[in-house]
Amino acid sequence: MNPKPSEHLLHALHAHQQQHRFVSDQAICDIASRLNLPRAQVEAVTEFYSFFHRNPRGRFDLLFSTCTSCGDLSLQQALCEKLGINAGETRGDGLVSIGEASCIGMCDHGASLLINGLPLHSLDSERIGKIAELIEAETALEAWPAEWFKIDDHIHRADLLLQEPLESGAALRVVEAEGADAALEKIRFSDLRGRGGAGFSTAQKWQFCREAEGESRYVICNADEGEPGTFKDRVLLTSYADAVFEGMALCARIINAKQGYIYLRGEYRYLLESLEAALATRREVGLLGSSILGIDGFDFDIAIVVGAGAYICGEESALIESLEEKCGNPRIRPPFPVTSGYMGKPTVVNNVETLAAAAGIVIHGERWFRGAGTWQSRGTKILSVSGDCAKPGIYEYPFGITIQDILNQCGAENTQAVQIGGPSGSLIGPSKFDHHIAFEDLATGGSFMIFDSSRDLLEIIHNFTNFFAHESCGFCTPCRVGTTLLKNGMDKVCSGHGTAHDLDELKATAALVSRRSHCGLGVTAPNPIRDGLKHFPELFEARLLHQEMEPEFNLDASLEEARQLTHRDDAEAHL
Amino acid sequence: MNKTIKIDGVEIPFKEGQTIMDAALAADIYIPHLCHKPGLSPHGSCKLCTVDVNGRAASSCTMPAAEGQEIENDTPALNEVRKTITQMLFIEGNHLCPSCEKTGDCTLQAIGYHLGMLDGHFPQFYPRREVDASHPTLVLDRDRCIMCELCVRASRECDGKNVFAISGRGTKRHLIVNSPTGRLADSDIELDDLAAHICPVGAILIKDHGYEVPIGRRTFDLHSVAETDLDEVILTKARHHDEGDDSGEKEGGVYGV
Repeated sequence: MNPKPSEHLLHALHAHQQQHRFVSDQAICDIASRLNLPRAQVEAVTEFYSFFHRNPRGRFDLLFSTCTSCGDLSLQQALCEKLGINAGETRGDGLVSIGEASCIGMCDHGASLLINGLPLHSLDSERIGKIAELIEAETALEAWPAEWFKIDDHIHRADLLLQEPLESGAALRVVEAEGADAALEKIRFSDLRGRGGAGFSTAQKWQFCREAEGESRYVICNADEGEPGTFKDRVLLTSYADAVFEGMALCARIINAKQGYIYLRGEYRYLLESLEAALATRREVGLLGSSILGIDGFDFDIAIVVGAGAYICGEESALIESLEEKCGNPRIRPPFPVTSGYMGKPTVVNNVETLAAAAGIVIHGERWFRGAGTWQSRGTKILSVSGDCAKPGIYEYPFGITIQDILNQCGAENTQAVQIGGPSGSLIGPSKFDHHIAFEDLATGGSFMIFDSSRDLLEIIHNFTNFFAHESCGFCTPCRVGTTLLKNGMDKVCSGHGTAHDLDELKATAALVSRRSHCGLGVTAPNPIRDGLKHFPELFEARLLHQEMEPEFNLDASLEEARQLTHRDDAEAHL
Repeated sequence: MNKTIKIDGVEIPFKEGQTIMDAALAADIYIPHLCHKPGLSPHGSCKLCTVDVNGRAASSCTMPAAEGQEIENDTPALNEVRKTITQMLFIEGNHLCPSCEKTGDCTLQAIGYHLGMLDGHFPQFYPRREVDASHPTLVLDRDRCIMCELCVRASRECDGKNVFAISGRGTKRHLIVNSPTGRLADSDIELDDLAAHICPVGAILIKDHGYEVPIGRRTFDLHSVAETDLDEVILTKARHHDEGDDSGEKEGGVYGV
């Protein structure tokens, strides 16, 4: 039933790299011929995804998170010095390489890195010292302290979705008792909207897909949570995976799909084994595979495809491209995935949390869900709270909760700013802490990053701007060139070389990138700069080369040499 | 009854399935574009054809025309946006017009003139890009490539081959060749392939034919891009055999203007 999941191009490249530590030209040719793909496609994919390397990596391959919540590049520097290498390089003896990765979703676990693909967290200078020793001694990762790799859920507030696990198969049994139409109506009446952040009506998406023409349909679970500061899907897939599978099977039953995919971000590869085991259990008990619940014709299975370090693949059409073994370039829309998605067939792409919520709604009824939240934003939202607070972790709140309430409950003090919805969301200061988490106020996919007064907010904005320049797929001109122009502009301002003119340039470029880009990445990439200039202009101004308005250079003064050469100093020779 | 859209207040007809660009070109209205070529599947990547449709930004080469659309196209604000996008394309590559064999025939340069672009505005990126001169009759100079993928699509859709692809991400994006070695010489491209001639900027050039037409008598020395791009006809060379397009507009104009 699963079409060659082990031979998916991303998996083939990963497997090869595990063994050989990089993907050589020869490997590209070999994999292309084995998978019967054009060589250029394999090369393009290898070079598109951050986790594939064209040069040999060390036997210990470390990627430090650059996230403001789970990264600390001073620790990277410290480790580089201990091991005698430069960041971005592989040591001459091939023992170790050190590089960077975008947010790895460990924001509730302190400074983190990926070592040979595994997250290693709670880094401090003491642990960095031990890591250096273990690496120099070539101690196998299995022999490293196990607690370094143990990842906790850190659930501090549970509501509808996190309170109790669903009973396996419960939603599917309700569908069989009441019918697929009734189940879809329940979801419609619940007003469930997509939890990835965009907030499209889930029932409507399913209905569009159901009504679209096509002999086969697909359900895709978007588990590519790459927004810096988000880790709620990690927790759902760790402790509530069955509810997610249930939601996928439910969707499949309603839209009549036979195959589902979970697109799991490469950073969460460590979850693969437990997810596969949970899928196997569902197959054993007849909740996945053919004749689910013993019903003739209810056939549905789920395969997992693991990404390889590309934030853009969280965009649904880029995700589908990646699933189709291509680079993650967002598609032209329309057509939308509901009519032309995976393999050109009608496809539902839903966030992990949305699918879990849908299963809960069908079991408990729409009132269970509608009763929570606000008029335009029903139900609860799982937030990943990180940054400067006493209790980072998972907080599930009914929509409508204020920012200040959340700050109080997670133990945040002297808060300078909060980034709602990650870098692609909104950066707000204390004047907006009375606002609410809701689609109609501050919409979010779940990231909630707190910055106290000790932080250099301009550097935070700089960090986010670098992130987008690094993650832009480069398909369209405004985003490809524009995100790099914004990065260069922030480099200049942050290093103290900016002028008032540079701020005007940043503003103008930000506006163009935001309005003219091909997809949501470009549309939201300038948000940190735009919000920063709007709400925290004094931070930018304080860093400028001159505090008062000055032109980039003095035209009259630069004519001095010409005046001397021509022996003129009359009025006409001055500006 | 004919369906219509309005471009800058002028009502023009469209047929079901046409994009805004299709309808505009058919009505002799020029919308600046670089990655679009009638006859190849629309791409929507260069963003020069950005317009405002009922106040919302859209690429006219990919946006289906629909009843009720009021489209802004030739406005000072939009042309300013396009000029900035053109400047972005110039500074991210290495475009040295005065010494370039393509000067006067280069659509990027012509668009720059059309939009009144006088400088690059932004600091140059000065990227390092590889030249591939391995092929006996063609040369690939990536310094000039603007990632429009016209060659990628021409090879696939018209030549029935798959010679080119785009690799990498963000500003590291670059054109690659689908051959065992990655070199053009080892690909199956031939001199009379459309892909060998379609490049709008001279990233793909024919060897031994430089400067045959003197500067001053070249396409855009004599015409503006707004004229020539309206004359474009549907590309026909080696149209893919399973594509049943019989629109009757097939003759002539194989290599653009």
